[in-house]
Amino acid sequence: MKRIVSTYFIGLIFGIGIMMSGMANPAKVLNFFDFFGTWDPSLIFVMGGAILVAAPGYWLVVARPAGKPLMDAKFHVPQNRKLDAKLIGGSAVFGVGWGIAGFCPGGALPAIGTLNPAVLIFTAALIAGIFAAKFTQNLTARRAKSATA
Amino acid sequence: MITEFTPLMSLFGGLLIGSSTVLLMLTLGRIMGATGVLAGFMQPSSATDWSWRAALLAGMVTAPALMTLVTGQAPEIQVPVNTLMMIVGGFIVGVGVTYGAGCTSGHGVCGMARFSPRSIAATITFMIFTAITVYVLRHVFGG
Repeated sequence: MKRIVSTYFIGLIFGIGIMMSGMANPAKVLNFFDFFGTWDPSLIFVMGGAILVAAPGYWLVVARPAGKPLMDAKFHVPQNRKLDAKLIGGSAVFGVGWGIAGFCPGGALPAIGTLNPAVLIFTAALIAGIFAAKFTQNLTARRAKSATA
Repeated sequence: MITEFTPLMSLFGGLLIGSSTVLLMLTLGRIMGATGVLAGFMQPSSATDWSWRAALLAGMVTAPALMTLVTGQAPEIQVPVNTLMMIVGGFIVGVGVTYGAGCTSGHGVCGMARFSPRSIAATITFMIFTAITVYVLRHVFGG
């Protein structure tokens, strides 16, 4: 129960941060990238502010003598450090979608709470895209497996 | 559509995002990536794995209501694109973040804060492609 309640409040802090920052406002997001039009540099302060806290914060958390988080047996941190075509290609595709819609997943999720129709439509399409990609990924993995078998 | 330059609000929002990121690592040892949290929520590996994701998402979606209650004003969402673009854009984002294994929160904040080479490469890539897309849509096709 403690775990659920504390995680709820962490989500709430994230959500308030997203809503205040402008990340859930497509007009602001798209203007951030529109250097040759109605440029609004605000969002650089979002990523800047977040990393300003997260970089030393992460370091302190991991450096704690306990060697593990407060409510879990271990840290679940990605260990992969290799750059590959999937990472770069996927990120490029994400960029195209973000530039079309103006929402990214982190911006849209808290904004669901506003019940704004555009956010709901975006989120439904986002979920469809995630399932479509997972389906294709599974298919490719299965083909690769049967090819080596 | 012109938007107001809001350095202080955006900085404060960013500090809150960063704080929640650190708190999630401190308590559960998890990365605050919207893509990962959402994907795992829909296809959880176990009941305990689902419950923290559900709690986190519940916290996120209640933020706008709480802010409206406190400030007496709903957070601003201005949508300068049509419904078709929302659908197409949303679908493309879903495919991209799944293959790219992360988005602005997972790679752009958490990964960058850990100095992960994958996240730095991913962030640079999606920022460039978002900028190109916005340029093409607004200045080549004229939006």
